[in-house]
Amino acid sequence: MLDVLADFIGELRSTGIPVSTTEHLDAVRALGVIDLGVRRDLHDALAATLVKNGDHLPAFDTAFEVFFALRDEEVEPPSDAASPPPSPPGAGSESGEGRGSGAGGSSSLSAEEIAEMLYRALRDGDASGLRRGASAAVARYAGMEPGRPVGGTYYLYRTLRHLDLESLERRLVGEHESGEDALRARVARDEARARIERLKREVERVIRERLVDDRGAATLAKSVRRPLPEDIDVMHANREELAQLERALRPLSRKLATRLARRRRRRHRGPVDLRRTVRGSLSTGGVPLDLRFKPPRPAKPEIMVVADVSGSVASFARFTLHLVHAISTQFSKVRSFVFVDGLDEVTAFFEGVDDPLEAVTRINAEADVVAFDGHSDYGRALGDFYARFARDVTRRTTILILGDGRNNYHPSRADVIGALRARARAVYWLNPEPTSYWNSGDSIIAEYAPYCDRVVECRTLRQLEAFVGTLE
Amino acid sequence: MSAIDPRAELAARLGLAAVPEPRFASPADVRERLAAEDYLSDDAIASVAYLADRLAKPVLVEGPAGTGKTALAQAVAAAAGARLIRLQCYEGLDESKALYEWNYRKQLLRIQAGRPDGGATESWDRIEEDIFSREFLLTRPLLEAISAREPVVLLIDEVDRVEMETEALLLEILSEYQVSIPELGTVTAQQIPMVFLTSNNTRELSEALKRRCLYLYVGYPDVTRERDIILARVPGISEQLAQQIAEVVRSLRQLDLKKAPSVSETLDWARTLVLLGRSEIGADDTVATLHILLKYQSDIERAAKELRGRESGA
Repeated sequence: MLDVLADFIGELRSTGIPVSTTEHLDAVRALGVIDLGVRRDLHDALAATLVKNGDHLPAFDTAFEVFFALRDEEVEPPSDAASPPPSPPGAGSESGEGRGSGAGGSSSLSAEEIAEMLYRALRDGDASGLRRGASAAVARYAGMEPGRPVGGTYYLYRTLRHLDLESLERRLVGEHESGEDALRARVARDEARARIERLKREVERVIRERLVDDRGAATLAKSVRRPLPEDIDVMHANREELAQLERALRPLSRKLATRLARRRRRRHRGPVDLRRTVRGSLSTGGVPLDLRFKPPRPAKPEIMVVADVSGSVASFARFTLHLVHAISTQFSKVRSFVFVDGLDEVTAFFEGVDDPLEAVTRINAEADVVAFDGHSDYGRALGDFYARFARDVTRRTTILILGDGRNNYHPSRADVIGALRARARAVYWLNPEPTSYWNSGDSIIAEYAPYCDRVVECRTLRQLEAFVGTLE
Repeated sequence: MSAIDPRAELAARLGLAAVPEPRFASPADVRERLAAEDYLSDDAIASVAYLADRLAKPVLVEGPAGTGKTALAQAVAAAAGARLIRLQCYEGLDESKALYEWNYRKQLLRIQAGRPDGGATESWDRIEEDIFSREFLLTRPLLEAISAREPVVLLIDEVDRVEMETEALLLEILSEYQVSIPELGTVTAQQIPMVFLTSNNTRELSEALKRRCLYLYVGYPDVTRERDIILARVPGISEQLAQQIAEVVRSLRQLDLKKAPSVSETLDWARTLVLLGRSEIGADDTVATLHILLKYQSDIERAAKELRGRESGA
């Protein structure tokens, strides 16, 4: 058990969850006082001792499922997982599919039977029935091939496609629906979705269990490992990851705002407030034990964000704009500009909107940023910015330029940045590409770099947060 | 597995005469006894409370506002028959408010009282010894929890509100169950207090603090648990209505709102519906009472639109 625990912690660390030696020891102690036979208790004990951040729990759960997979007692139909002949190494997934459904089909249940079984289990909230159904569905549809180094996403997709979740959902809704009341219908639909979601998780779990049997926990863990939200590469995030990022952004911006506000308040303590100090000293017989200070008068910076929103870096620009505006109370003024090869001010989109996300969505639809052919032209956009807005740049203005510096071989006009910098407090360039890609191909970030105070690699929320935290 | 009992170990270090009895027999026991205090826990909550007792470690409870973090500490105190000592954190909290403070006024009085009517002035050494004794010490919640002789549960509420530096004040208590007072020496615990820290996650807590605690994330409950909570907390509500309320609230939480309804708001809503004499809810009732669940105008408008309009769906 202790060895498994050590491996498990190793896996957590590779996922990016920091587990200290003290926490490892705590986990060992916790194992000493719980009933190891109860999987749920084991899960809770390890979670409580090893994970200290709510955002890391999903990653923990994934790893836990792989390492401490539930060994099904009775649910396994006799012939599956072990029995299908090993596939020829070169077999593509297409050929695997036909054969796979045949292999599982030998275990008796027909498609209708499976569908009916799942429907009943979902309708009655019958957990063990759901397990049996999911198991049968995986056996029949997933077409799992032993030895393939995969994480199971494809098996999941294949199984779910055959299950026709939409009609299942409709049947579940129909069961509850009284028809006339919109609220009732909505609630019924959400309930049905929650149940379907449960089915998906169950199927995923069954697939993982079989993969663990096939390849062992440690190797599988590597294939199913997912980055923590703050480590997702913004430029290459898929849709699900982008949604995760959206969710992570709100608490993050709140934390950041608190931190900036606190730092500002603490840093500049005002002068001694004599009146309040003397008043306070009365309770200690006229001895001024506590000095009282006047509240500080903070000098907030002004931020101008100039963002490239062309296809390749659009999502990065969205996140940064979102973040900067979410904490805009920490700055005296925030103005935003977006460009591709033309430039447009979009500050107004953020005014009077509760949620910066709405504004960001509108920008994509409404801002007038394409002047020419729709390929980024930094030189042109920056020149445009200088001509129209340079007079608003003062010694209190910090300029953030967001973009990958891929200029499609247009002239760089880097001197414009030099001119801007002469007027501004600072010019920072945030580049969402990894440093190793800089200056390859049409990236000309090196031409701009000498004119910037700093060029920062900013691929993940973690890096973005760290950078914004230093603004002042 | 090693045979060390963390409680025995800690008791020996604190120099306690006997190892205190564990408060709870098993996670299931925690669950039952919390339920008797009308606190409906789930597996994770019960397990962590049980572990906190067995491992003699503090618990850091995080989660959205209004999901029963503070109530958990109160319920555990009630279930264990312990006194609850609460330290409410706020920005600017310092050791004189959290740990202890010398009673300056009393000390000044003592010095001045020693001096008058001529006579032999007391030696300064004696005065000093006197004014830095327990008598002149004002105990604040942390010291009080440590020096209590009866069982206590210490609740450090909203710990994320104090500054990073102030967190360090807590570390000695959390890991050693003792407080060092330079003039007086070290005060060690007379029993093993249960400690709960709550945080609304407005900032990242320090690694040092997290390392010393067990971690518990309390999110929004699922429909079944929320229904049970409503049934336990709202007198005179029918099971059917409770179920409907829980389902509507779940739907609301799935919308992208600025502030999702918390459990305490759900309970307020349930009480309102009972007062209004409703036995089931429709879209109109819900929209009319949305302001109880949601606290932003934009959220209310959005939810109203979603709940009553759009027959779309399937």
